[in-house]
Amino acid sequence: MIELRNVSKRYGNKKVIDSISLTIPRGRITSFIGPNGAGKSTLLSLMSRLLAKDSGEILIDGQEIGQAKSNELAKKVSILKQSNHLHIRLKVKELVSFGRFPYSQGRLSPEDWKHVEKAMEYMELEDLQDKYLDQLSGGQRQRAFIAMVLAQDTDYIFLDEPLNNLDMKHSVQIMKMLRKLADDLRKTIVLVLHDINFASCYSDYIVALKDGKVVKAGSTGEMIDAEVLKYVFEMDIRIQKFDQHKVSIYYL
Amino acid sequence: MSDKIKLAALFLLSLGLIALFLFDHLGGNWDYVLPRRTAKILAMVLTGSAIAFSTVIFQTITNNRILTPSIIGLDSLYLFIQTFVVYVFGSATLALMYSHVHFLISVGLMVLFSVLLYQLLFRREGRNIYFLLLAGIVFGTFFRSMASFMQMLIDPNEFMIVQDRMFASFNNINTDLLFISVIVMAGISVYFSRYAKYLDVLALGREHAVNLGVAYETVVLRLLMMVAALVSISTALVGPITFLGLLVANITYQFIRTYRHQYVIPGSMLISIVALVGGQWLIERIFAFTTTISVMINFIGGITFLYLLLRENKA
Repeated sequence: MIELRNVSKRYGNKKVIDSISLTIPRGRITSFIGPNGAGKSTLLSLMSRLLAKDSGEILIDGQEIGQAKSNELAKKVSILKQSNHLHIRLKVKELVSFGRFPYSQGRLSPEDWKHVEKAMEYMELEDLQDKYLDQLSGGQRQRAFIAMVLAQDTDYIFLDEPLNNLDMKHSVQIMKMLRKLADDLRKTIVLVLHDINFASCYSDYIVALKDGKVVKAGSTGEMIDAEVLKYVFEMDIRIQKFDQHKVSIYYL
Repeated sequence: MSDKIKLAALFLLSLGLIALFLFDHLGGNWDYVLPRRTAKILAMVLTGSAIAFSTVIFQTITNNRILTPSIIGLDSLYLFIQTFVVYVFGSATLALMYSHVHFLISVGLMVLFSVLLYQLLFRREGRNIYFLLLAGIVFGTFFRSMASFMQMLIDPNEFMIVQDRMFASFNNINTDLLFISVIVMAGISVYFSRYAKYLDVLALGREHAVNLGVAYETVVLRLLMMVAALVSISTALVGPITFLGLLVANITYQFIRTYRHQYVIPGSMLISIVALVGGQWLIERIFAFTTTISVMINFIGGITFLYLLLRENKA
């Protein structure tokens, strides 16, 4: 379980995160939605210690992340940001093997390699494993980075817009895979998503943010609601039901 | 060719060049020539390794392959310290001062400077390594200007002493410092071995490194301190030639096509030794001392730098 208590963060004079308190349940998929500049990515960076918070507490399994040992935390929490530019030339397999660093400190055991193979299999990267990252398309590269995070094998997985650069097929594939990770392996997954329909169809909980504050948090059913979405995104959104999923129509 | 074979080839090549330098044109005066050449070789091996080592670490920390530690003004600081001592106490003090003490003080000050620079800027919010670099450039210019200001004021004879240290040359190596440099270098290597594993991960950038459990701030500070100590060794022994680092680091990245520092670091050190020993041999035997190695390094280094800039521009 992740608990945030009165977490704040400011850049200069601007409050990007304004005293957020939030509980994220274990073993489920939680999506952060909201307009640009709402503080979704910043919140995710705070929760994964990439950024230092100004005040408040962030507890993961009851432990304050500021006090945890970085290497121990890396076995529990992993994060993938939206832009992943590397300055070195790496093969897919090499990149994925970096995910084992918290366990192996760079010397991978056969056990570690098994995790690497499995992660690549999950992301269907076997055929690409000896290709260099700069030879891949944006979507393939994104899959390689997600595979690295999977190889890290953490209970908590934070993904900042994982569907960036992905076509429909691979977006659906990744969301299905995340669903499986949550259902089968009880991983806690927190996503920043721009497409509210992906959030609606695949997540259990949704947190809506606006201007650094939580507007509303709750189960997907109660969050995908014309009133709530109108307030968050400041536009009219129609909601239709397909099978048991709610789908938002906002194109027109 | 696998990376191990490449390293072995480089090792043999550097051994061969060292042997050539030691035994070529030996003449009859073994007792006189050999110890002098050995000291020179030792200085070149130390300097070459220190420069390559520090540059590779620095480039990995900054994720930038066209930087050298001189950008944060480390070698300017060294010259400033030398000038300052002469300016305040006179050249007699510099000459009389127990050189080991002086050396250790210089190393200490440089490490201290890198820690201060880091604390001042890097710990603050923003955490951008480019702030550190920019501030370093400003400090470097400041130290250089202060040094030349003092050099204007001092007695011309005193200036000669300072000038001696301003240009890299293997013809007047500070042999007194060889022994202590070996010790400091060995100390750094032992200390480094604890941090070696982090370099590959640091090359991915800060966010990936933090995600993978590297205590980023601590590790980068430690590495930066090592860079400062290494730069002071090379500068104390022969003078400022960090440009060589740029040259050998980039040749290494071209030659050893892996990101893994366990190959890149020894590779760059060996290439550096080959370049220095080979270059010095050329200067002594072919050019008959009509030029100095720093001129050659700046010449070849400048061309390489332009080439790198043009290539980066294209990419």
